[in-house]
Amino acid sequence: MKPELQDIRSQFPILNREVNGKKLIYFDNGATTQKPIGVIDAESQYYKELNSNVHRGVHFLSTQSTIAFENARKSVQQFINARSENEIIFTKGTTESINLVAQSFTSLLQKGDNIIVSRMEHHSNIVPWQLACKGRGLELRVAEITSDGLLDLQQLASIIDDRTKLIGIAHISNVLGTINPIKEIVAMAHSNNIPVLVDGAQSVAHLKIDVEDLDCDFFAFSAHKMYGSMGVGVLYGKEKWLEKMPPYQGGGEMIKNVSFDGTTFNELPFKFEAGTPNVAGTIALSEAIRFMQAIGIENIGKCEHELTNYALAKLTDMGNINLFGPIQNRSSVISFLLQNIHPYDAGTLLDKMGIALRTGTHCAEPLMKFFGINGTMRISFAAYNSIEEIDYFLESLHKVKQIFE
Amino acid sequence: MTNIKERSDEIAANFSVFDDWLDKYNYIIEIGKSLPVFEDAKKSPSNLISGCQSQVWITAEYRDGQIFFAGDSDALITKGIASILIQVLSGASPNEIINCDMSFIDRIGLREHLSPTRANGLNGMIKQMKLYAIAFKSKHETII
Ligand SMILES: Cc1ncc(COP(=O)(O)O)c(C=O)c1O
Repeated sequence: MKPELQDIRSQFPILNREVNGKKLIYFDNGATTQKPIGVIDAESQYYKELNSNVHRGVHFLSTQSTIAFENARKSVQQFINARSENEIIFTKGTTESINLVAQSFTSLLQKGDNIIVSRMEHHSNIVPWQLACKGRGLELRVAEITSDGLLDLQQLASIIDDRTKLIGIAHISNVLGTINPIKEIVAMAHSNNIPVLVDGAQSVAHLKIDVEDLDCDFFAFSAHKMYGSMGVGVLYGKEKWLEKMPPYQGGGEMIKNVSFDGTTFNELPFKFEAGTPNVAGTIALSEAIRFMQAIGIENIGKCEHELTNYALAKLTDMGNINLFGPIQNRSSVISFLLQNIHPYDAGTLLDKMGIALRTGTHCAEPLMKFFGINGTMRISFAAYNSIEEIDYFLESLHKVKQIFE
Repeated sequence: MTNIKERSDEIAANFSVFDDWLDKYNYIIEIGKSLPVFEDAKKSPSNLISGCQSQVWITAEYRDGQIFFAGDSDALITKGIASILIQVLSGASPNEIINCDMSFIDRIGLREHLSPTRANGLNGMIKQMKLYAIAFKSKHETII
């Protein structure tokens, strides 16, 4: 049974606050979601009762901390249906997860090999590859998109060759809301023995993630975009790849023995976790997972889908508006432009009306260039958003239009 | 001819009559419209201020010891803000601009309404205008 919206909203203290003298309408969930009280309490509880370093001490608190931390790994493993806890690497976010693969995986490659990423990627799934390619003499190829914001699978097939060593692709575009056909891409890639990295930053809070079913080789996401804390992320990687890949950073935790004659590295997953992690935030991530599972991820998706369809229909009715991205089979991210009104101007006034939305290039400049624009306005929904909030937003948008007309 | 202090005081006084944020923004937008036409040819990458969500271009000219600024933006609020800076700083000497106190921006309440990323645009404009002043000073005013 799906809980009532009010029961969901009441778990988010921040939704009661006002901004600029208006009730907060938070439509910037693509950037980060708000946190339920369970997550907030888990963080503070940790520092009040459990704080101590993990994997090190023999003392009581350290053991308790380590158990809680490793339990979080287990909840993540179950949440995304990974085969083993060894496949769950904690990082500080999607960005670090991708950088880890970009640095470590590419060290296995030869000069002249190539990597493919798509036109609709967030800079986090472009720049790490550019850096790695530059350092190692690899080529970065671009999978193109169609004008309605879908991946061009034919073009993708045409740029794959026997030197292609990895395909990096967003599960869901943070600008267009496009849901990419990961299983199809993985099938195409695997038939050429190419691994696939999925940037799941925008999907993990909205779709049920099953890495076994997707069969992707890597899956990266951030806790803060799924009701969890900032500074915590996950890299899922198939064990066969993680075993082959060298460490990404050196330091404590990731070693077995250190000597100046040579250092041996720890086993998975610790090999990739150098230094003291964000223990409190990681433990709070299991609370975030619990929050999502209590509502049911399918229920969250269904409600967001209704909100998205409602908003899309009303925005279309409004006229003088350009909407980006596909009409169907899309996520709850809506990018749009009001004709003749700069997104910065509209965003500034909407902010004064209490509405938090995003304006700008959304860290996706190659995509902006494709559409020949400098930016968009973007609203993106989460489990606690409502039709009433969308109505208030639409009214406010009308006012903004009047001001600039 | 007024100086920077007098011009900025006047603008701060004009803003002080507005209680309502919307009136304030409407006024900023109006001020933007008062800027002289800025030819497209001048909207070049070299005149573009970086660090802004919207595009802002600023140019400067030196005549008889005074600097005159011109500018434009594709966003109306940003254009208004550029226009305020241009009104305050145009006609001043390089030294006055280099040493000027920009606290009037706080008195107008502009800074409080601009988030850090947006304020970067404002800071970028001020920085660029001061850089022009430094460049003109070293070019035209021999330091004795
Ligand atoms: C698709 C996508 N990838 C990567 C990121 C980067 O995530 P983080 O900043 O949490 O590392 C984002 C965040 O905006 C995103 O939307």
